[in-house]
Amino acid sequence: MFAVQNIDAQRGTRHVLTNVSFTLDAGACLFLRGPNGSGKTTLLRTLAGLTPPSAGSINVNPDEIVYTAHLDAVKPQLTVAENIAFWHAVYQTEQTDTLTRFNLSDLAQRDGATLSAGQKRRLGLARLYISGCKIWLLDEPTTALDADHVAQFAQILTDHCASGGIAVVSTHLDLPIAHAQILNVADYAPQTGTHDPFLEGSY
Amino acid sequence: MLALIRRDITLALRSGGGFGLALAFFLILTLFVPFGVGPDRELLSIIAPGILWIGALLSCLLSLDRVFQLDAEDGTLEALATAPLPLSGIATAKAIAHWITTGLPLTIASAPLGYLLGLPATGYLPLVLSLLSGTVALSFIGMFGAAVTVGIKRGGLLLSLLVLPLYIPTLILGAQCVTRSINGDSAVASFALLTGLSLLTIALIPFAASMALRANLR
Repeated sequence: MFAVQNIDAQRGTRHVLTNVSFTLDAGACLFLRGPNGSGKTTLLRTLAGLTPPSAGSINVNPDEIVYTAHLDAVKPQLTVAENIAFWHAVYQTEQTDTLTRFNLSDLAQRDGATLSAGQKRRLGLARLYISGCKIWLLDEPTTALDADHVAQFAQILTDHCASGGIAVVSTHLDLPIAHAQILNVADYAPQTGTHDPFLEGSY
Repeated sequence: MLALIRRDITLALRSGGGFGLALAFFLILTLFVPFGVGPDRELLSIIAPGILWIGALLSCLLSLDRVFQLDAEDGTLEALATAPLPLSGIATAKAIAHWITTGLPLTIASAPLGYLLGLPATGYLPLVLSLLSGTVALSFIGMFGAAVTVGIKRGGLLLSLLVLPLYIPTLILGAQCVTRSINGDSAVASFALLTGLSLLTIALIPFAASMALRANLR
């Protein structure tokens, strides 16, 4: 179970979210929605333990969490297979089907530097599977992926949740995940009714 | 941790800029000294310990900004920080990899470069041993500086300003080991203090670096 109780999240000195609470049971998938700058990434970083919450508590074993940010953590000097082997060694896991699951078999001996943005993204996402962690925190995971690979990733996410995993996903795309829950991050902004002079025609 | 050390060594060997740069700089700096102070062999043999130690120290400094910066830029540092490895373990692995790719080659290169500067025969063993021990402290102290400045764009100059004063005790003790041996005095005390300093940096600095990294990742 992944329980978040009344947490306040901040980025630097800026207070971004307040009083966020949710509980996710095994198999749950939570989509974070909200406009740019509403705090989706800040919430994910807080859940991942990179930024401690300024209030509230997160009840989870940090070793069960894997987080993918906007950057892919791919080393350009290493081949795809070497990048994968490195993360296997870090997480001490031995899955043999990582390359095939993320459609990277043909690219195994290619240097990270020669990959396209979408290929790098797939390699970055492969770290989720390699980690063997139960809780996946994903920040815009489908960026740069083509339609086929978005569908393939949605299937991987579905399989993960079906096997008892939990996923918290920040995305603007509608991924076809059954029974997914939605959290509108903008509802947790510290000040509601923000003033936008351009929208209100003050000028 | 071993995987991270292995990966960093591979990256240093493949990228070229990490492994060879420090060694080439050490070579050039040492070869330039006779052009600056003249070909007086007696003078060169007197200043050789200091020149070799300063050369090794500055060469170490060259590759320090790469220790965490490249990992921070491609997202690897965040990924490692959320992996089951403790940040102090990551910092230790980084310093060990830096020492293997920088401190160790500089130590090996110091003996032939000592010959070029006319280092007396009694100075070779103390030079190699002091560098072998002292470059460990240089790598760990440098790694701490790299951890503090990892969030700063083009923080290389700040890193140098931060780290160089912290290198002073290592430089004094290291050069003293060689000079005392050449003068026929016992260098045991200097070498023991130098090794003690290196062990102290191994024991304490990874924890300080992990706090600096944690603050920079926020």
